[in-house]
Amino acid sequence: MCTVCGCGEGETTIEGHGHAHAHEHEHGHDHHHAHAHAHAHAHDHDNKNRQHGEHTHDYGQGPAHAHAPGLSQSRMVQIEEDILGRNNEYAAANRRWLGEHGILALNLVSGPGSGKTTLLTRTIDDLKAELELSVIEGDQQTANDADRIRETGVRALQINTGKGCHLDGHMVGHALETLKPVDGSVLFIENVGNLVCPAAFDLGEAHKVAILSVTEGEDKPIKYPDMFHAADLMLLNKIDLLPYLQFDVDRCIDYARRVNPGIKVLQVSATSGAGMDSWYKWIRATQQLALIGL
Amino acid sequence: MHEMSLCEGVLLILEDNAGKQGYRRVKTVWLEIGNLSGVEVEAMRFGFDVVTNGTLAEGANLEIIEVPGEAWCMQCSKTVPVTQRFDACPDCGSYQLQVTAGDEMKIKELEVE
Repeated sequence: MCTVCGCGEGETTIEGHGHAHAHEHEHGHDHHHAHAHAHAHAHDHDNKNRQHGEHTHDYGQGPAHAHAPGLSQSRMVQIEEDILGRNNEYAAANRRWLGEHGILALNLVSGPGSGKTTLLTRTIDDLKAELELSVIEGDQQTANDADRIRETGVRALQINTGKGCHLDGHMVGHALETLKPVDGSVLFIENVGNLVCPAAFDLGEAHKVAILSVTEGEDKPIKYPDMFHAADLMLLNKIDLLPYLQFDVDRCIDYARRVNPGIKVLQVSATSGAGMDSWYKWIRATQQLALIGL
Repeated sequence: MHEMSLCEGVLLILEDNAGKQGYRRVKTVWLEIGNLSGVEVEAMRFGFDVVTNGTLAEGANLEIIEVPGEAWCMQCSKTVPVTQRFDACPDCGSYQLQVTAGDEMKIKELEVE
């Protein structure tokens, strides 16, 4: 039973419910069941590797809706509900759980090709001796990134969003149940490569960290303002390539501050290692805050 | 942006409230969408029709109330209109603005039966 939303795992079909979805779990045999929920899930649990967190959550299947409209008199209903309210509830539950366990969760957001996974694998290699780390990987398809992470020896769980363009609080809640990050650890959530949608979906993280590489345009922060507005830290990556590019670092940072006056910026190169120490200091400092519940 | 997900969120709220409020069919949905919310209204309309197909809100009208963007300018100490997150204050040119309205995405009201 999912502790966040109450949806069951391995339960039988509950048909005719308000909002029906196929849930697929592979525990050597398949269960198909419907339940009241926002998403279709296919959880691929490989039991023999379960303790290593080698799992893929697949959200690639569409919902199935079934309703029988009735007839009665028309009237008005005041609702005043935030459309993202449901996601925010899941995110709040995640945040509460993470807080209780002193776990620092960082939501890494960027466009595709910013060097996010390379930056993450280097970070893990450099920090895994001193910090307990785990990773949730979000991609539309493939477990390639989680495989890359697992090569570092750190536990990783892949979420495939299928047609979805972002991770949401509900997916991450389930991922936490499977991955079970240890108390006082650092959890990196690598969001789907997309500078638009993940901005709106709180996952319960302590901070969003936006990664922008200098091979992209320096005006990305104002082209995709919502993401840079939502982030607390911007990592300007691939700065080893600056000599070969026409990229105005100061202008880029100025653009980022226009959309988010409080954003902090670090210049790094995951391949040369330049600036990575500052990023690690930031992680250590925020982890100390997570340990005291801030 | 992610209008399909938002429409699924709207449908969930409609279905959740059907039991509580005792309705079986939704005829009109009024959404309050801020101009700074990043929501493409036309994509929202398209997504709404697709997502509500075969549900209690099939064929429902979608009425969108757009909310203009506003921000508090820290230099001028007053509320100023903005059309984008990175707009400068129209009076003093400062970027030290705190958005105060226009990022909402809410279901306001329903016509049901």
